Amino acid sequence: MSDAKSPKHLPLEALHEDAGARFGTFAGWRMPLTYPAGVMKEHLHTRESAGLFDISHMQLFEIEGVGTTGFLSRACPLEATDLKEGQSKYTVLLNEQAGIIDDLIVTRLGESRFMIVANAGNAAKDEAHLRAIASDFDVSFTPLERVLLALQGPDAEAVMIAAGLDLSDLTFMTGTEPRDGWFAARSGYTGEDGFEVALPANEAERFARTLLEDDRVQWVGLAARDSLRLEAGLCLHGQDLDENTDPASAAILWAVPKALREQGDFIGAQALQRIIANGAKEKRVGLKPEGRQPVRAGAPLINETGETVGRVTSGGFGPTAGHPVAMGYVAKALSKPGTHLFTEVRGNRIALDVHPLPFTPQRYKKG
Amino acid sequence: MSQIYFTEDHEWIKVENGVATVGITDYAQEQLGDLVFVELPESGAELSRGDTAVVVESVKAASDVYAPADGEVSEVNEALTSDPALVNSAPTGDGWLWKMKLADESQLEGLMDEAAYKASIA
Repeated sequence: MSDAKSPKHLPLEALHEDAGARFGTFAGWRMPLTYPAGVMKEHLHTRESAGLFDISHMQLFEIEGVGTTGFLSRACPLEATDLKEGQSKYTVLLNEQAGIIDDLIVTRLGESRFMIVANAGNAAKDEAHLRAIASDFDVSFTPLERVLLALQGPDAEAVMIAAGLDLSDLTFMTGTEPRDGWFAARSGYTGEDGFEVALPANEAERFARTLLEDDRVQWVGLAARDSLRLEAGLCLHGQDLDENTDPASAAILWAVPKALREQGDFIGAQALQRIIANGAKEKRVGLKPEGRQPVRAGAPLINETGETVGRVTSGGFGPTAGHPVAMGYVAKALSKPGTHLFTEVRGNRIALDVHPLPFTPQRYKKG
Repeated sequence: MSQIYFTEDHEWIKVENGVATVGITDYAQEQLGDLVFVELPESGAELSRGDTAVVVESVKAASDVYAPADGEVSEVNEALTSDPALVNSAPTGDGWLWKMKLADESQLEGLMDEAAYKASIA
């Protein structure tokens, strides 16, 4: 096991070193933060062409067995039996209070076989939580060792085809197993069309090199991954979601099927029903600061009379938007787009407006 | 005759007739990455050595730039308000941060010269 002092190393670390990556520790992993092009160019390149991300810190779990749909429908607010083969679904793990333990993507691979992709920082916690639930069901639960690469941007499909991996049959939020030990999904964390491909480490370097030989492909680090997802209005667990926020307040209730909002057997169902019936007290919103100064996570949100009415949970600069972007939680009554709020950064009062999410249009390839 | 000093915090200070021009080094701008905002002091502000004089913000984080000595801010680089990336493209030229009238130039003694600074980041 690793701790903060000795982070885990990506299988393709040498490739990132050769590319001149600047590294930092994230969720216990030594990760490429930026490459010599810099965060701004990496971000824009992803929106314009194809950015390659090594996200092998994320954890894949394979679940198999006759009890799999029952298990998933208990663990997540998910109608697992209704998922078609190849279909992916964004969902969450909740605690009994409907607090969000993690957000996940679940893909049905077969009649009784599913793939879960979980956040790196929560992988150990998720595994313990899921194993405890799994003990009541006839399922096998297997953490997978894979390299996970994301190729994101308008050229992603063409680049994949050129690299010998034709995934053009996939639409947004569907997945497949193109080769033995591989898993590919048309999904991502940038707001762009693109793919996430999990593959065995011993095949990964060759595949990554093949992708990088294509002039349209550039490495993109975690710094731009963060600015891309923030512009796309996507949540980062640990910042925008945590065990004290619920799907209604987090404005991700769209991920909970309508029938399950009223009745469900998943963990946290009763608490979530109560929250929905009573109305969430606060809501996650986009925030557009006036001027050029970025507003960062942790900054308070204040109303005109100086009362604290919320908090910023993610913030930075949006290279495509061309202005600072942020998201945070505010009292429900103040969550309408256009609502004027304030924050303070180093003693300076900064005006910001509640802004619709995403900041930049999502460009997924829908079916 | 001007003299250039460097600090351990990767600032450069060019002194001419008792006025110091302060900026960050090429190494520092490279470490910080693309800057998107520079918070400048007010002209006339009194700074003590070690005070945060400027905050430079990259896409990802904010970093302080400290006053290398006591003195009064005589000019700030207004061009950075609309084009903070000047600090990245020309950190020791057009990307300077502020100028200050030094209260006591001898406070800069003991800082590194260019050769010592280059050796420190090598």
